[in-house]
Amino acid sequence: MIEQTLFYIAAAVLVFAASAVITVRNPVVAALTLVLCFFCNAAIWLLLEAEFLAIVLVLVYVGAVMVLFLFVVMMLDINIAELRKGFSGFLPIGVTVALIMVISMVLVLASGYFAGPEYVPLKHAAEYSNTRELGLLLYSEYLYPFEIAGAILLVAIVAAIALTHRRAKNNKSPAPGTQVAVKREDRIRLVKMKTEQQS
Amino acid sequence: MALSAELYYLIPEIILLSGACLVLVLDAVLGKEQWSFTYTLTQLLLLATAGAILFVDPGQAVTVLGGNFILDPLGVLLKVSICLVALPVFFYGHDYNLEHGLHKGEYYILGLFAILGMLVMASAGTLLTVYLGLELLSLSLYAMVAMNRDSRMASEAAMKYFVLGALASGMLLYGISMLYGATGTLQLAGLANAIAGQTDNTLILTFGLIFVIVGIAFKLGAVPFHMWVPDVYEGAPTSVTLFISSVPKIAAFAMAMRVLVDGMQPLAGDWQGMLIILSVLSMIAGNVIAIAQTNIKRMFAYSTISHVGFLLLGIIAARPAGYAAAMFYVLVYSLMSMGGFAMVILLGRKGKEADLLEDFKGLSERSPWFAFVMLILMFSMAGVPPFLGFWAKWFVIMEVIRAGFPMLAGIAVFFSVIGAYYYIRIIKLMYFDKPLEMKAIKSSRQMRTVLSLNALSLLILGLWPPLLMALCLKAIGL
Amino acid sequence: MFEFIRQQLWTPLINFMVPEAYQGYALLTLDALTKVIVVLVCVLTAFAYTTYAERRIIGLIQLRLGPNRVGFFGFHTFGLAQPLADGVKAIFKEIIIPTGANKTLFIIAPVLSLGPALAAWAVIPFSEGMVLADINAGLLYVIALTSLAVYGIIIAGWASNSKYAFLGAMRSAAQIVAYEIAMGFALVGVLVASGSLNLGDIVRAQSGSVLNWFWLPLLPLFLVYYISGVAETNRAPFDVVEGETEIVAGYQVEYSGMHFAIFFMAEYANMILVSTLTAIMFWGGWLSPFQGVPVLGEPHILWLLAKAAFFLYLFLWIRATFPRYRYDQIMRLGWKVFIPITIVWIVVVAGLVVSHIPPWFN
Repeated sequence: MIEQTLFYIAAAVLVFAASAVITVRNPVVAALTLVLCFFCNAAIWLLLEAEFLAIVLVLVYVGAVMVLFLFVVMMLDINIAELRKGFSGFLPIGVTVALIMVISMVLVLASGYFAGPEYVPLKHAAEYSNTRELGLLLYSEYLYPFEIAGAILLVAIVAAIALTHRRAKNNKSPAPGTQVAVKREDRIRLVKMKTEQQS
Repeated sequence: MALSAELYYLIPEIILLSGACLVLVLDAVLGKEQWSFTYTLTQLLLLATAGAILFVDPGQAVTVLGGNFILDPLGVLLKVSICLVALPVFFYGHDYNLEHGLHKGEYYILGLFAILGMLVMASAGTLLTVYLGLELLSLSLYAMVAMNRDSRMASEAAMKYFVLGALASGMLLYGISMLYGATGTLQLAGLANAIAGQTDNTLILTFGLIFVIVGIAFKLGAVPFHMWVPDVYEGAPTSVTLFISSVPKIAAFAMAMRVLVDGMQPLAGDWQGMLIILSVLSMIAGNVIAIAQTNIKRMFAYSTISHVGFLLLGIIAARPAGYAAAMFYVLVYSLMSMGGFAMVILLGRKGKEADLLEDFKGLSERSPWFAFVMLILMFSMAGVPPFLGFWAKWFVIMEVIRAGFPMLAGIAVFFSVIGAYYYIRIIKLMYFDKPLEMKAIKSSRQMRTVLSLNALSLLILGLWPPLLMALCLKAIGL
Repeated sequence: MFEFIRQQLWTPLINFMVPEAYQGYALLTLDALTKVIVVLVCVLTAFAYTTYAERRIIGLIQLRLGPNRVGFFGFHTFGLAQPLADGVKAIFKEIIIPTGANKTLFIIAPVLSLGPALAAWAVIPFSEGMVLADINAGLLYVIALTSLAVYGIIIAGWASNSKYAFLGAMRSAAQIVAYEIAMGFALVGVLVASGSLNLGDIVRAQSGSVLNWFWLPLLPLFLVYYISGVAETNRAPFDVVEGETEIVAGYQVEYSGMHFAIFFMAEYANMILVSTLTAIMFWGGWLSPFQGVPVLGEPHILWLLAKAAFFLYLFLWIRATFPRYRYDQIMRLGWKVFIPITIVWIVVVAGLVVSHIPPWFN
């Protein structure tokens, strides 16, 4: 009962936020509503007892990805009028295609295939640990896909560095290593001199 | 089976992955001066991988790692050919990179990871692995296209490729999720069983299938999902175009085989229809639009699209002999495409690419031998006997007729005749036009040798086609 | 005490106001509410007196007095009433919203920065069984919430419509992402060592003498975690986000009155949180360092508080000692030093755990 109420609240906010992402004018606000989407999604996953996924969604997407996203979006100076220029021209084609897709998808999805027995999420015992179960699966049955996913991330790093890393031509910053290695003797020479005699 | 026994079959992938990481580290540590070293290591690694695949070849279908990994004769042949085709591709690419100042280890490293992705696809046992292999491949390719950062064309091409590719991946995933929802399994074998057992309502399966086909068609570059092909081929550095046009096509074929044949053979009636549309459109659009091109890279792009149309014919037949013909086609195609781009590389010089058709004018006067090499390549692509390209077309068309689509075969023949026009136009340019300049062609001896061998193989294998065909038939299990 | 409140306050209230069917839920909610309020009051008091302690301690280090006048009823009492006076002052100041600022976001920003800082306390175990929510993924929850703190700062910087504020926000975003990763990896080491994501279990895994606590096997991770904690809270020497000498006060520059005070609260609440977490994850939480000694050897919440107080003191000490880092040096330290260290040490810890090295992992 409470869970259903929570689900509907989260789902309603999720739908609202998701549509806001594509309808609001301000890109920063759009990014923030996307953050809200992730939160609602995490809440729904929590209701399914998938706490690991829920928290990791918040940690990775909200905590890191969206921060960088905002970082970029905030620095953009987006001219809305410019963006909307071709909008009305392409609108009829876009709407037609979208309508056809929507109609055919509705026809298929409403065909009664999904309307079978109600799916009720499994309830687990109190000591059930979602994290543990996921870990066991990832390192046994899904070991191979997991490793490939690792390779994909490695490629993403290599690609990002290959495409963006440029050695600045007139970068004058000194290497910290040499700075640290400097000793007193390199900079100061202590010279013993005789005091000059007063004549 | 114990994990170590299962990992035995993964030795090639493990070698390739750890080798690629090693190359990555060495390239970063040794610096730019050593970059030919990166290239040598890459080639050795590919050879080692190909050797390892043959070494672990079980001779029959083996499924390990929870069904995620399948090693069967089909996989072995495709994987070995991916590695072997990549060898000359990197060789030509190396030559181009040296000439055009793209001194970058990333070309080889990303290339290696792309090949790893292809190997994963070629022996994928679940839809999940298919998708992950595809992503590994695509991600590397996007970055390779954009590798020449100072070129606006390349950046634009990479952007288009990336956006459309992401869309296609999304479609594929959506389709996969539908199939998973309808059957409750991601395993290809399990999927086939579930589909065969489900006779009452296949609507949802067809619905998922459509999205999966869109994803595959995009990767193959079939019309109407071909829009990225010409721009990417033209915008990318020729060394990258060369790579994209040859090796990943084998992987895309592998993906089609795994998903459509291994996973959804019981739905063949549905996907045949969709593939026929794709195939006919590809043959029409590819061959007709290619005629209007003045840029040879773009022309090759449209030629690729039309070849994809032919390739699909073999799959449309929906029977083992057809698959073997399609496999024959894709292997032959990768050989021809590689040679074609190698010619573009050969004619190019520092700072200038020979990517216009007029650059080929009067080639016979500048270098009779390479004009002849190009002639072999063009005749083969056009499908003139006795070159290998002819047999490839012959086999798929015969298979389509045997499968009961004579109309389709007629269309294929008609458009291959139209296609012959623009291939033979190049031959006319080479032999009957005055050259724009009389500079001798400068290139290394190795480059000449490899390119000549590449072209001659089309002729020699074409004289005795059963040689290659026997391999394909064996891989399919006939 | 909770029992008393339940009996005397909530039960009559519920019986009076809530229909029979929902009384169970209501009691549960109100019980939790009591605990939340207690924890919040403690944290906010701690916040208030940390500001006071900071000014006194840094004053002493710099050979000055610090606040020592404000007291109760005409007595100076070492200036102990200073935080109260500051609070009253902040409340009565006008909140100014700059021209061109995005009003909604400008107002939400401080709340967004304080919210996660306080919410993280939900899973902190103060002593055996003394925890608001004893959840399995407590450690993850803490990391997730600490990573959210940056939103307040970024939004504040952007919504202020001010160059300095914006620069501060940008710096903050880059810095936090850099140290977030090192921090997360350091905690992965803790996870590997203890085999649990539950903070209570992590403390219990350390039981034994001082040498059994995780600071020894995880020494590099402990250092990385603490330093990243300093960086994540934007404290000196990593305070380029505020950087008074360069960008006046960064994201806070347009804020005044209570708004500003809330940012302040968030910063100190985060400091206290990081100190407490360090004590819990690396220094045995509520366990006593004098294992086996009667009375002194008993685990007690006071041990946790003492340890947390020490690390809090370290924050102030560091601030009084080190000059501010240059921005590129901060980035270099985060990406090129800390992340590799943590990755290497995770492998080492995994090796130790797998080979059951005593006295930690037998």
